[in-house]
Amino acid sequence: MIGFVTALGRWTRETIANTGFAARVLFEIVRSSGGLLRRFRLITTQIHFIGNYSLLLIAVSGLFVGFVLGLQGYYTLNKYGSEQALGLLVALSLTRELGPVVTALLFAGRAGTSLTAEIGLMKAGEQLSAMEMMAVNPLQRVLAPRFWAGVIAMPILAAIFSAVGIFGGYIVGVQLIGVDEGAFWSQMQGGVDVWNDVLNGVLKSVVFGIAVTFIAVYQGYQSQPTPEGVARATTRTVVMASLSVLWLDFLLTALMFS
Amino acid sequence: MSNLVEIRNLHFRYGERPILSALDMVFPRGKVIAVMGGSGSGKTTVLRLIGGQLAPQSGSVTVKGERVDPSNVRALYAMRRKMGMLFQHGALFTDMSVFDNVAFPLREHTDLPEEMIHDLVLMKLHTVGLRNAAQLKPSEISGGMARRVALARTIALDPELIMYDEPFAGLDPISMGMTANLIRKLNDALGSTTILVSHDVQESFLIADYVYFLSKGAIVAQGTPAEMMASSDPYVRQFVHAEPDGPVPFHYPGKSLAEDLGLGTRA
Repeated sequence: MIGFVTALGRWTRETIANTGFAARVLFEIVRSSGGLLRRFRLITTQIHFIGNYSLLLIAVSGLFVGFVLGLQGYYTLNKYGSEQALGLLVALSLTRELGPVVTALLFAGRAGTSLTAEIGLMKAGEQLSAMEMMAVNPLQRVLAPRFWAGVIAMPILAAIFSAVGIFGGYIVGVQLIGVDEGAFWSQMQGGVDVWNDVLNGVLKSVVFGIAVTFIAVYQGYQSQPTPEGVARATTRTVVMASLSVLWLDFLLTALMFS
Repeated sequence: MSNLVEIRNLHFRYGERPILSALDMVFPRGKVIAVMGGSGSGKTTVLRLIGGQLAPQSGSVTVKGERVDPSNVRALYAMRRKMGMLFQHGALFTDMSVFDNVAFPLREHTDLPEEMIHDLVLMKLHTVGLRNAAQLKPSEISGGMARRVALARTIALDPELIMYDEPFAGLDPISMGMTANLIRKLNDALGSTTILVSHDVQESFLIADYVYFLSKGAIVAQGTPAEMMASSDPYVRQFVHAEPDGPVPFHYPGKSLAEDLGLGTRA
């Protein structure tokens, strides 16, 4: 019993300390980001690395999700004679939920792991220590540009995912199954609200961008500088980022659409 | 002030494990000082304490009369601008070319125009004999070359203090001689002070003005290389003459072989 209480106490203390340290790192990243405006090239390079290299995965995934939505939506709506609302269903599903969430999950697997491994290997190769010894703060020079690049890239990728997904739904619903094209687009136009649906989706993807990218860079920064340590950190990034996205999605949905 | 770096009554431990105890060292300006000792003797920890990457539990480290205080980040970074450190494996930025690696501190800490940075970087690379490798990536050069590029990066801002962590480790004899020669020449040309952490006796004694021998976190001997060569101290003799057994035992301390095999207790 004493052993259990001791272990619980240690876990609680470590969790509080780790959370505090993570908050400090995030604060430092944000605080030291002012200088990045003068050197925006550091961010654009990372946007290219993170965003551009994730583009194909996001676009192809969006297309297939759109295909599936088109099919499933048609089967369900057809039972009630409402297949004309297929465009609305596809668009709302993508802009409100699937676009931001699936993009964030894919982003965590594609770019998040890459960020964690890169920073972890920089640490293992003493590159971060070398930077510190050159009086250059790695939080400012390495973590901050990657963090902001992720925050900027995520909503853009989510928008691309949703747009390609709607196109996928159109191909299946209109071109293959034969739903009326005019009804498909007009129902979508009439039912999707820019402020409530599209912008809330964008806001979600910004929050996911902050969560996923911070988890990725923080795990890399905190990883043990060994091959095993970097591997563990990369796994933690996927697990923590995915769970955070799903939990935040529930929270944001409850706040936005209640 | 004649000493650039001073360490006074310094104690340092990792958790409960003591690493350095009651350490006193001075590093006079313009000199090449070697800090030698076996693996785990605390040599690299001394460098990390001087660089402010670690904080001692008690005692002090001063550079140019200013106390090194890792909790005061602004002052520490200002102090580090006067320092250069060469890491054991170079620690080059693998996503940058050789040129960009050397240009890195110049771009970070100066507002020099790119043309001037270009010329300065080529001059630094010329000093280490790698001007023509400027456009290569770290993955395209050998370990010895990487060490020389890291050396060029270390001296990019003409530091007053240059620290080397095992600069000869893993180098072939030609690269080793080349690196040792560069360390001495750069120290004299820049008028800087050099702290050389190494366990390579031959090369270190060739270029050092003074030597500290560390064992188990304390100084066991000190003097000029000639004095160390003539020393009758058992630890120094074992180290300098590479004797396999002595004060540093061949066997890891613990139970005897007879005890482990159960000899004497069997009927």
